[in-house]
Amino acid sequence: MDAPTSMIPLAAYVTVSAILFMTGLVGVLVRRNFIIVLMCVEIMLNAANINLVAFSHYLESMAGQLAALFVIAIAAGEAAVGLAIIIVVFRTKIATNVDQINILKW
Amino acid sequence: MVWLLFGYFAAVSIVAGVLTVTLRNPVHCALALLTVLLHVAGLFVLLNAEFLFAVQIIVYAGAILVLYLFVLMLLNLKSEEQYFHRHYLFLVFAGIGILGELLLLLWQSPYRGVRGTASPKVVLETGPSHAVGLTMFSDYLLLFEIVGVFLLGAIIGAIVLAKTPTAADVKAE
Repeated sequence: MDAPTSMIPLAAYVTVSAILFMTGLVGVLVRRNFIIVLMCVEIMLNAANINLVAFSHYLESMAGQLAALFVIAIAAGEAAVGLAIIIVVFRTKIATNVDQINILKW
Repeated sequence: MVWLLFGYFAAVSIVAGVLTVTLRNPVHCALALLTVLLHVAGLFVLLNAEFLFAVQIIVYAGAILVLYLFVLMLLNLKSEEQYFHRHYLFLVFAGIGILGELLLLLWQSPYRGVRGTASPKVVLETGPSHAVGLTMFSDYLLLFEIVGVFLLGAIIGAIVLAKTPTAADVKAE
């Protein structure tokens, strides 16, 4: 798609976003620490935000930016509840790593 | 010039993202995540999204990341010897394969779509924040209210979950 104001093509932003998203996804799968798994989810949400804002700019619509705002709000809620759950798990000494929580696994 | 800025923000955010995944000490990971967030905010400026740039720095870097750092300090995690999953190499190669496939698909895409009404010229005349505000409080008013209720629920849930158990609670169990 031709760029209206800047010279950077949309594909460049989509590429950056895809690489960041994959980094976050691999991080979620690979890391064992609870808190860092949540941080990797934040990276994935940021990658999605780049996509939303880039498409909003190139398709000349405000909808993408508003969606990105709501994503940030949801991320704040997710961080608060997720960290509260982590505190409870640490306090009751169930586990310190993600792969130690396997009671529900059959 | 724009390419230079874009290259800087993109490269640093990707490198810092990889560092977030690979560093051992959780506090260092949090600082790498801060770098990612600030440079993604820079990408937002290049896309004419000033309001999101401010929100990204205030809410993400200022509030969410401080929350993460607080919990890290509170829990006093030890950085462990084995901080990766056992089969991490398999997962990393699977990730790289999926990324290659994704990029192959994305680069072949023609990226066509219906143009909206908010062209950059119109937006820059009144200011990006003005445009965001007008849209948020007209078309997206209901969603805005729902997000407010959602955040209230998240606050209550977090407080109830992380409450220190009193003697009465322990006895009831």
